[in-house]
Amino acid sequence: MYAQMVDTGAKRLRTSEEMSPEERAFQERIDADIKIEPKDWMPEAYRKTLIRQISQHAHSEIVGMLPEGNWITRAPTLKRKAILMAKVQDEAGHGLYLYAAAETLGVSRDELIADLHSGKAKYSSIFNYPTLTWADIGAIGWLVDGAAIMNQIPLCRCSHGPYSRAMIRVCKEESFHQRQGFDIMMTLCRGTLEQKAMAQDALNRWWWPSLMMFGPPDADSVHSAQSAQWKIKILSNDELRQRFVDQTVPQADYLGIKVPDPLLKWNDERGHYDTSPIDFEELYNVVKGNGPCNRDRLRTRVKAWEEGAWVRDAALAHAEKRAARSARKAA
Amino acid sequence: MTEWPLWEIFIRSQHGLAHKHVGSLHAPDSEMAIKNARDVYTRRNEGVSIWVVKSADVTASSPGEKEPLFEPANSKVYRHPTFFPMPDEVKHL
Amino acid sequence: MNRDEQLFDYLLRIADSDLVLAQRLGEWVGHGPVLEEDIALTNVGLDLLGQARLWYAYAGEVETRFAARGRCEDELALLRDASEFRNLLLVERPNGNYADTIARQFYFDVWHRLFLFQLSRSGDARVGEIAAKALKEVRYHVERSADWVIRLGDGTDESHAKMQAAVDELWMYTGEMFESDATDQALTIAGIGCDASALAHPWREQLSSILSEATLTLPTGAWMQSGGKRGVHTEQLGHLLAEMQWLQRAYPGAQW
Repeated sequence: MYAQMVDTGAKRLRTSEEMSPEERAFQERIDADIKIEPKDWMPEAYRKTLIRQISQHAHSEIVGMLPEGNWITRAPTLKRKAILMAKVQDEAGHGLYLYAAAETLGVSRDELIADLHSGKAKYSSIFNYPTLTWADIGAIGWLVDGAAIMNQIPLCRCSHGPYSRAMIRVCKEESFHQRQGFDIMMTLCRGTLEQKAMAQDALNRWWWPSLMMFGPPDADSVHSAQSAQWKIKILSNDELRQRFVDQTVPQADYLGIKVPDPLLKWNDERGHYDTSPIDFEELYNVVKGNGPCNRDRLRTRVKAWEEGAWVRDAALAHAEKRAARSARKAA
Repeated sequence: MTEWPLWEIFIRSQHGLAHKHVGSLHAPDSEMAIKNARDVYTRRNEGVSIWVVKSADVTASSPGEKEPLFEPANSKVYRHPTFFPMPDEVKHL
Repeated sequence: MNRDEQLFDYLLRIADSDLVLAQRLGEWVGHGPVLEEDIALTNVGLDLLGQARLWYAYAGEVETRFAARGRCEDELALLRDASEFRNLLLVERPNGNYADTIARQFYFDVWHRLFLFQLSRSGDARVGEIAAKALKEVRYHVERSADWVIRLGDGTDESHAKMQAAVDELWMYTGEMFESDATDQALTIAGIGCDASALAHPWREQLSSILSEATLTLPTGAWMQSGGKRGVHTEQLGHLLAEMQWLQRAYPGAQW
């Protein structure tokens, strides 16, 4: 997901007896669905895990602006250009809300950004794939935002107050994102043969990376149990992935394009679609930095940040000058 | 250099309602904070008025004080209209 | 040219400037100096794009009065060549560094507000309505860009130098905003357009006051570039259009 493979520092769950009284009280509050707010006591591991998770999520929004931003200047109509600009702008807003949620945990945005730029912090693997055609903008909205919403709606109920409030705001704003993506796909699929081929090609390239967005299989997710106990992860990777497949396949059918999985089949017994095994080696490699665009994406972010330094400094210097002037006047 | 300070943003969504906390953002000073708040938090016509307060200037009650601060109010149920049951046939109360 | 043809041309001048500047601002999305600014600048771009679409829509209607059919916004924006574009040279200048972008925006915004204010009282009801709507947005644009000119001008030594260089560099593209050609004059007399040359004085006044607050020097160069209104552009516009129009050109007739 936008936050994949978040390290909780815990290899196994601790029993209630193993917990300190504070920790036990904390867990009881979570079990009772009481939100944890900034000044509340929280275990250090919970705080650190949340910082990792929320910042990964925030970084994903910010890096995620790049593949879509790649098409703002080439959008095929003025209407599509306006919608895409508004959408990418929303993503900047979402990154901002999420950074602010992380900042309540005692870390600054600059520190988080430094971790992104140094490669220490991760962001979703999906944004390391290139947007090669206009159909990719459709596919991102339809598949990537579709997958993101699936994960984010349950997170609105997560145990951390600021994170859950940020998620509520994000979900509210994001409702149009998936639809605009599907709308692009629909238009292409009803268009010329070339356009339909473009849509099929986009589905071919984005399908598997979209499934990988949900993270490693549950069996390999050592940290999921702890995150679930803390209610900062509500549904498991495989559960979400299955829901996504079940929801998306009929949509592809409607579009008249084919999901690139020869083994994809409805399983009546399970009441779900069966898929081919996912190549998680690819996921691990993309997360490690070996995706097609990792280096470009990071370089672009670092460049924007470094080239903006004098602007940020100037604004602050001006604010200080002005404060000093009005202080002198008052004296 | 140092980071722009963090501001807490309060927005009045409609005339007649109170300002409500909507989130935070960074800005070099209060003027810019208001402008940024307009761009960040009212992109969908959410507001008619904006307040900004430096986060560092907010003093928050600490959770440990919850009982002395809020318990007394709990015992004053008569402050709530539901304390006074009304017969169903009496309307507009 | 008859009156409608002149009006059509006039509407394209406005729409093209809005669109080309919006396109330039679109290049910034995801690359701004700070997240808050990325969002704010995109809002300006979205406003301008929205305004361009309103002007194109009206231009298309006016076109039906003298041509077999009126073109839609996408035909006008994405299927005319550079020599048919009527935008100001100023707005096609590249983004450069943030000071360059702010200087371009500031010069344009101050002019744009004065211009739209005049148009909001146009004898042509549609022109008046669109201008009045756009004016509300542009008032805010001016505040923002003036604010940044002051912050960067009166910020650090580095930002001061960059801001001064930017206002100097773009100065020669400002004269065109106040040129009045036959189209301007005819539409001014008809009570539809506005006398561009009359905007020069208030523009300069407002500019001087902001620049002086920003501790910047008002550029003095007297030689001005012009050509945008006649479709003679800088080399930059061709590249901008090549990128912007590419899909429409590569797949003629397709719906998107």
